[in-house]
Amino acid sequence: MSNRATPDAATQVEIYRRMALIKANDERSRKVIMSGRLVMPYYSPRGQEVIPSAMSVNLTDDDYICTIYRGSHDQLAKGLPLKDLWAEVAGRVDGTCKGKGGPMHVTYPTKGIMVTTGIVGASMPIANGLAWGSQLRGDGRVTVAYFGDGASNIGAFHEALNLAAVWKLPVIFVCQNNEWGEHTHYDKTSNVKVADRAAAYGMAGERVDGNDPFAMYAAASEAVARARAGEGPTLIEAMTYRFFGHVFGDADNYMDKARKAEAMANDPVPRFRAKLIETGLATEAQLAEMEAGIEKEIDEAVEFALASDFPGVEEMKRDVFAEEMA
Amino acid sequence: MNAQTNVKAAKANILQGINAAIADAMEEDDNVIALGEDLADPEEGGVCGVTKGLSSRFGEHRVRSTPISEQAIIGAAIGASLIGFKPVAEIMLMNFTTVAMDMIVNHAAKLRFMSGGQTHVPIVIRTMTGTGFASGGQHCDYLEAWFAHTAGIKVVAPSSPKDAYGLMRSAIDDPDPVLFIENLPTYWSPDEAPEKGHRVPIGKANVLNEGSDVTIIAYARMIQEAVPAVARLKEAGISAELIDLRTIAPWDKDTVVKSVARTGRAIIVHEAVTPFGAGAEIAAVLNEELFGKLRAPVKRLGGVFCPVPFSKPLETAFAPQTADIVAAAEALVKS
Repeated sequence: MSNRATPDAATQVEIYRRMALIKANDERSRKVIMSGRLVMPYYSPRGQEVIPSAMSVNLTDDDYICTIYRGSHDQLAKGLPLKDLWAEVAGRVDGTCKGKGGPMHVTYPTKGIMVTTGIVGASMPIANGLAWGSQLRGDGRVTVAYFGDGASNIGAFHEALNLAAVWKLPVIFVCQNNEWGEHTHYDKTSNVKVADRAAAYGMAGERVDGNDPFAMYAAASEAVARARAGEGPTLIEAMTYRFFGHVFGDADNYMDKARKAEAMANDPVPRFRAKLIETGLATEAQLAEMEAGIEKEIDEAVEFALASDFPGVEEMKRDVFAEEMA
Repeated sequence: MNAQTNVKAAKANILQGINAAIADAMEEDDNVIALGEDLADPEEGGVCGVTKGLSSRFGEHRVRSTPISEQAIIGAAIGASLIGFKPVAEIMLMNFTTVAMDMIVNHAAKLRFMSGGQTHVPIVIRTMTGTGFASGGQHCDYLEAWFAHTAGIKVVAPSSPKDAYGLMRSAIDDPDPVLFIENLPTYWSPDEAPEKGHRVPIGKANVLNEGSDVTIIAYARMIQEAVPAVARLKEAGISAELIDLRTIAPWDKDTVVKSVARTGRAIIVHEAVTPFGAGAEIAAVLNEELFGKLRAPVKRLGGVFCPVPFSKPLETAFAPQTADIVAAAEALVKS
């Protein structure tokens, strides 16, 4: 690990800012749902903040991502504005998708957020197409496909990784292994590490501690460099842990209590916060100010969203095809 | 007959019409790309040679043979289309669309709507099918109704070289996904050659023969069964109007309803099995629009409701034939 890329001071603080934003947004989302002000299917990314934060600081707005229903962390880390996100999940006309997509289909091409899918495994084949486009144009852009450990057992994973390797596409497959595929533990669904499967396709692959910003940054920056250099795809298996049940409202009785308590005690967000202070990269006051700013921004986004209009029923005739339906 | 069937005037077949349409589109626009199993020339330009010559002319980076991975094929087409490419993806046989249904139905058809119009998926999915080559239960189904039942995707099925060319050009031009169904047994049927640049608008039917007693609505290979039926009916003193639907979704209600309003009788002919088929939708609309004006109940002629059988006599009996169309028309006119 000694020769691996290390984030500089400003990048470390930026990774933390994105992590803090994801954590705060998750806490607010659960709170607003509990209050009854908002009804939506919600898949908490709590515990998985490091992965897209350390990944995205290696990307620009021109790079693409495809993510999944548990994707608000990936979207926020890639720069999705809070107001657009909140209006969308509230089903309002000011949302990214005019309220017609919802939390499982947030799309925001301005920041390269091209697809959010509700279908396990579907982010990968589409990411290949974006990467193929970049390869044809020679524009140096990189595409990241995010997915969970559960998706590594669906056929689309195999088809997509094989094609990406054969075509040497500038794509990075980031498996967020949070140990849980819906209600079933990874140990029960696969005999091998997800990363080990990379060898089967002749692709670079590694398992990293996805809750360690340094390890995740190093893996991300090397994969991005490989893709930009035209040297093909990478499979990163980022180990993490899902703090809550599959979907909001799931009592998570199937999750081992001790393992969960251990993971939550090792919460990557306060851990990295303490490290930044300890290494002198930020002061308590600076981080508190940053966090207060995030809270204020979320306050404004929630109020903006809930005050925004619902789309009119005529919207059901629009965007089915280019031409409006009769 | 309006359709040109003089063999001496034949200059092209359907396969050549499709090939020329893709080639002309690729020549005009660098964003038109193609992918699928065996598509490039080292793999012989497709199992039937529909894409022969394209990779030699435009490069294997633009005409790419793929692994046998239907989800990966459609996924790659979708992804590239999101950033301005116009991919023409081949799913070799229509039955193989079943293993790519998630990509086609959940993604290609829905991304425009679910993104609130921020993205769209201008892809063409070419696929071939059709009974007649003794390929049994998994290689020749007509599954167009599944896709026509999905909001966000268009479905076309040409029956002549000119229409194949013109519909392919329109499909590539179209800003939304289009499923382009090719009939395998009639690939080599010769007819009038298409002119370069010709377009057949999606959603526009073609009246092949004007008539006053009964309207026959068909598409794809069923046109080849219907044309001689119209001639035989004429000999029997029955004037049949023949409409080639060409586009199944969105189908040309205007042309069909106007015709049936005039004839008062309708027969819908397709190779797909009858229950819940395209014919059911057309019949329902005719009843909604023309209730009380119909001179006989709308008749559907489709495939027998069973998997396509292998044994030749059974396969032949599976899909509607000229004699079935003649008998149905005579029965309607007499009723």
